[in-house]
Amino acid sequence: MAEFFTTTGTGIALLILGQILLIVVPLLVALAFLMYADRKIWAAVQMRRGPNVVGFYGLLQSFADFGKYILKEIVVPAGADRAVFFLAPMISLVMALVAWAVIPFNDGWVLSDINVAILFVFAVSSLEVYGVIMGGWASNSKYPFLGSLRSAAQMISYEVSLGLIIIGVIISTGSMNFSGIVNAQDGNLGLLNWYWLPHFPMMILFFISALAETNRPPFDLPEAESELVAGYQVEYSSTPFLLFMIGELVAVVLMCALISLLFLGGWLSPIPGLPDGIFWMIAKIGLVFFFFSMIKAITPRYRYDQLMRLGWKVFLPFSLVWVVFVAFAAKFDWFWGAFARWSTGS
Amino acid sequence: MEEMLREYLPILVFLAVAIGLGAILILAAAVLAVRNPDPEKVSAYECGFNAFDDARMKFDVRFYLVSILFIIFDLEIAFLFPWAVSFKDVSMVGFWSMMVFLGVLTIGFAYEWKKGALEWQ
Repeated sequence: MAEFFTTTGTGIALLILGQILLIVVPLLVALAFLMYADRKIWAAVQMRRGPNVVGFYGLLQSFADFGKYILKEIVVPAGADRAVFFLAPMISLVMALVAWAVIPFNDGWVLSDINVAILFVFAVSSLEVYGVIMGGWASNSKYPFLGSLRSAAQMISYEVSLGLIIIGVIISTGSMNFSGIVNAQDGNLGLLNWYWLPHFPMMILFFISALAETNRPPFDLPEAESELVAGYQVEYSSTPFLLFMIGELVAVVLMCALISLLFLGGWLSPIPGLPDGIFWMIAKIGLVFFFFSMIKAITPRYRYDQLMRLGWKVFLPFSLVWVVFVAFAAKFDWFWGAFARWSTGS
Repeated sequence: MEEMLREYLPILVFLAVAIGLGAILILAAAVLAVRNPDPEKVSAYECGFNAFDDARMKFDVRFYLVSILFIIFDLEIAFLFPWAVSFKDVSMVGFWSMMVFLGVLTIGFAYEWKKGALEWQ
């Protein structure tokens, strides 16, 4: 039986398909509840109740929303480029999902264990810009057009600092594979061994850049409803709009997973002695997502010129200096080797 | 080649699954939902006005400038990746030449800043 899955072509294809479903299905179900959690947290901060009608305490709200989306009419605006109009939400969803192919959930629990995993995630997440800009252009309407330009400029601006932060982590690890990065954070001090400690400023920067990269509040300028109505999504309805939403949320959860893997030790246990495992990974993703939700609830929206100033004049120089600092610290063994952990990594 | 295929084939299959998922969702609404377009409904949204002119209009050159800057810095990051991943094997010469490269880039960055390419009004 085991031979069938490793030797024959059909067997291998079935095995891969099964593994993919094992990632995608729990991810999408978890997404429904994360969406619910997001709304509940937001409501709680504002002393509202949030969704509380469908199912117990509104737990099935997202599934009801899903049903509603599917039954809505798809409106294609006159003068829209139909092919591009439908391609845009597809790109948004597909690129957000595909990055999960290289994310490990536990030691060895990864669909595709490529050695350039970070580069792959970085490349795929920059392709998401195309979904936004194509959606805005294809709608043939002014608000989506302006919204997509803003959104694209914002996403690419913060990608530069994300890349530089990742470089710092790679210098410390000597590996672009996520398992290698997590294993390099292993040690007998538990959570004090993780990269959040030496790379603390960069974790904060990564978190804020991730907010901007995924168009989350306080950087949700493309959707600034007071000025651009809903940005590039104005003309979208029904499931194409749903695809944009799922894509955005998958990207948010992906960023949570990246922060967990790069800075919070992935599946490693925070307390020495406790067993490592997938539950730590899930708990960390949940924790980071909680911070994403809280930021959404408690911060006012940025102005666009402030956003660009923050990206180019603060984050970029700071992360550039940090890369140089990490390089020196790793090369000349400053701070008792806290920045040079490649001996323990794979 | 065999090794490469084993590593990257799952990603290709994943891509196909994701495309399939998106296509099914769009088709589901196309099949299940009513379609009843009229000229008012499909007209471009513009706060209740009729559209004055074509939506694909001229836009600020700064967006273009930002994308040019992005290419420069992203290329720089692409140069840094192989250096960073083999950092432990990089000799002193390699280390210092990358520092010089970063220094040259910083001079360029300072020039851009001074020229006002990063300003938004």
